[in-house]
Amino acid sequence: MTGTQLDSPGRRGFLRTSAALGGGLVLTLVLPSAMRSSWADPAAPAFAPNAFIRIDRQGLVTLVMPMVEMGQGTYTSLPMLLAEELEVDLDQVRLEHAPASDALYGNAILHVQSTGLSSSVRAFWTPLRQAGAAARMLLIEAAAKQWRVDPATCKARHGVVSDASGKRQLSYGALAEAAARLPIPPSNSIVLKDPKDFTLIGTPARRLDTAGKVNGQAKFGIDAIVPGMKVATLAQSPVFGGKVKSLDEKAALAVKGVHQVVRLEDVVAVVADHMGAARKGLAAAAVQWDEGEHANVGHEDIVRQLVEASSKPGVVARNDGDAQKALASASQRLDAIYEVPFLAHAAMEPMNCTVHVRKDGCDLWVGTQAPTLTQGLVAQVTGLPPASVQIHNHYIGGGFGRRLEADGSVLAARIALHVDGPVKIVWSREEDIQHDMYRPHYYDRISAGLDAGGKPVAWTHRIAGSSVIARYLPFLYKDGYDFDAVEGAAEPPYAIPNIHVDYVRVEPPGIPTAFWRGVGVTHNVFVVESFLDELAHAAKQDPVAYRKALLGKNPRALGVLTLAAEKAGWGAPLPKGRGRGVSLQFGFGSYLAQVAEVDVAADGTVRVHRLVCAIDCGLVVNPDTIAAQMEGGSLFGLTAALFGSITLRNGRVEQSNFHDYRPIRMNETPLIETHIVKSAEAPGGIGEAATAIVAPSVTNAIFAVTGKRIRTLPIQATSLAAS
Amino acid sequence: MSFSLTVNGATHEVDVDDDIPLLWVLRDVLGLTGTKFGCGVALCGACTVHLDGVAVRSCVLPARAVSGRAITTIEAVGETPQGRAVQAAWLELDVIQCGYCQSGQIMSATSLLAHTPKPSDADIDASMSGNVCRCGTYKRIRAAIHRAAEGRAE
Repeated sequence: MTGTQLDSPGRRGFLRTSAALGGGLVLTLVLPSAMRSSWADPAAPAFAPNAFIRIDRQGLVTLVMPMVEMGQGTYTSLPMLLAEELEVDLDQVRLEHAPASDALYGNAILHVQSTGLSSSVRAFWTPLRQAGAAARMLLIEAAAKQWRVDPATCKARHGVVSDASGKRQLSYGALAEAAARLPIPPSNSIVLKDPKDFTLIGTPARRLDTAGKVNGQAKFGIDAIVPGMKVATLAQSPVFGGKVKSLDEKAALAVKGVHQVVRLEDVVAVVADHMGAARKGLAAAAVQWDEGEHANVGHEDIVRQLVEASSKPGVVARNDGDAQKALASASQRLDAIYEVPFLAHAAMEPMNCTVHVRKDGCDLWVGTQAPTLTQGLVAQVTGLPPASVQIHNHYIGGGFGRRLEADGSVLAARIALHVDGPVKIVWSREEDIQHDMYRPHYYDRISAGLDAGGKPVAWTHRIAGSSVIARYLPFLYKDGYDFDAVEGAAEPPYAIPNIHVDYVRVEPPGIPTAFWRGVGVTHNVFVVESFLDELAHAAKQDPVAYRKALLGKNPRALGVLTLAAEKAGWGAPLPKGRGRGVSLQFGFGSYLAQVAEVDVAADGTVRVHRLVCAIDCGLVVNPDTIAAQMEGGSLFGLTAALFGSITLRNGRVEQSNFHDYRPIRMNETPLIETHIVKSAEAPGGIGEAATAIVAPSVTNAIFAVTGKRIRTLPIQATSLAAS
Repeated sequence: MSFSLTVNGATHEVDVDDDIPLLWVLRDVLGLTGTKFGCGVALCGACTVHLDGVAVRSCVLPARAVSGRAITTIEAVGETPQGRAVQAAWLELDVIQCGYCQSGQIMSATSLLAHTPKPSDADIDASMSGNVCRCGTYKRIRAAIHRAAEGRAE
């Protein structure tokens, strides 16, 4: 094996140079040769052509995952993109969580290293295939050099490069060091595979993250164990913004296994040998609170504020034609008010973070959707430079948007500043639900005018609610316009000549808001699709036929609607007491239609029997992941539609655990079918789509059965009981 | 006063208060983090372990009360034929999404199959409805239990 040297100048710890690399490097894969430093570190990988791929001398391929796995399947789909072009099999790769770095692992859609908005495949579709292809080209070139042949005559498959005859073969491990010495190909010379040659993309590949999830070996943030670590739990003021008034520290310290009580202005943490002692100690501390200015806020205050604010015009998100004029001259006019509640995320893994703060640095072991945001905010509260704050990311036991926020890590770091040694801080379920950051409560005023034939000629929609964007991504919040708050409303898939959509930002007192699975689309699709159903009913037309007639310019939307209706047997007779409802959406770059089959018992109990999903998410990476996300997303949205509501009374969140913030369970689960439209369009997102669509398909089905229109979520069985 | 706990066939001396739930002894004292904390009040099933082969919620079970009994956790459930079959079926049907609740789901499913080798859908509803999954994997859990029962996944 000539041409390999142990002290290869190309052998380098690429990740260590990351701080010196500018933004955009990863996305364009232009690696300045000066950055290919001559690390003589024997632990450095033999071949690391970019931030995503490392190949060692034994041929072990490590793929570094820029986005985090929280159930959505990204640790299978992103490796598929890399492996397809790198020409390795999925059982040849090992995955690693990426460290915090916007420069290396920034998401092209969200501009930072952030797992959100169902964007992983969309954002990394091209960059990861390029990363894999560049590495493959280098490995082929290294082999060709050794054989003194034209690289174009060689090919790579299953981690092995072969010459034209197939007689000479070299494994990636054997080629790694030689490949590392070659110049990185410029991005414009990287040749990606023709989709017709894909062998992996488009196949139902098995998940790569699950082997350790059936035997207890997978590590979630809450499972971090650091030598010398203590375990703590905490209490925050039950009224947001309240302060600690008093506590019985002595009683807490008297509990066996309790070491310390940390009292900050707004939080009390009890540090112990184990969580059992910490919980017992916290109960013994009997913390009293100064509840502060929000002590009297109730649900009715939230609603009153929204009603008042939404009576005035907001910031215009869409204005085609003259909706007011068309409304005034329409032959039939409909007006409605829709309302959706605050929602908690209630991920199965309660909030937690393990922190070790030292004079010279800080380590965090946590599952986070936003590593760089967390790093920056923890640096602020600890007074350390961000580079000294190490984020060790973990599997997340359900994110749903909650782990986009760094509040838990910041609080943990503030507590850890007072603890000698590492400490794992775990929230109780009650803290997790009562100190969540909630999906906003929205209040919508919507009107439409129909012509004599029943067609909509005018549409006005005013959305009022909190702006998460204004707080979380302020650089994307322009002059009161929040793209997320109006997504799914400003651009409904239907042809309506006169349309006016505006947004009124209303920040509720005493309750923080945040992104929630399905974001703005979840709320808006419920409103738009329910109201569309109202229009179809007013026009005395079939809900599917009515929609189809408005989709002439939208073939992909028409395609999924037609497919869902066909697969659901739309129009075929159903047993008495059962009905079907349909809904349609464009969101996250994907088209989705769903038909729900529902019955309503005499006492008003809603039973969903079947959900038929038809999705066009462009080119499919992993069809089984799409089916899984249709199933899981639908149930997440169904839980909210049937049961989900967070309300305030005396400034306190009234719900506290799974008995009063209730998830759907096995015995209530409908049959769920997924039908995928073949498409060559760019991939769309799928993690949140079904969460958004399910409420209106179910409430439209309830209308079909009972004639009762649900305009406020969650669905109240009492309102559906036969009178 | 310390007491002994028999977990996955090994005996450990443990010194915690009488009322400390088994969950925290498993996770924080013995380092067996496969058993998960979800609610703390037996509402979600994430903490399910086997006590003499029967599924129980370890978050409300004082550790001292089970001294001398055989405790099995997710780390060792694969040593039983039913546990092995369930794990294999889970992987074969790609049941798992985030995976956090799945230790508890697998422990409940294994206990179900140990006592009801060919469960009906109603049996599955009765045994599994105490285990919450926020990712919504119930459809595949049901299918995987049937698959494990058929023995096709072994």
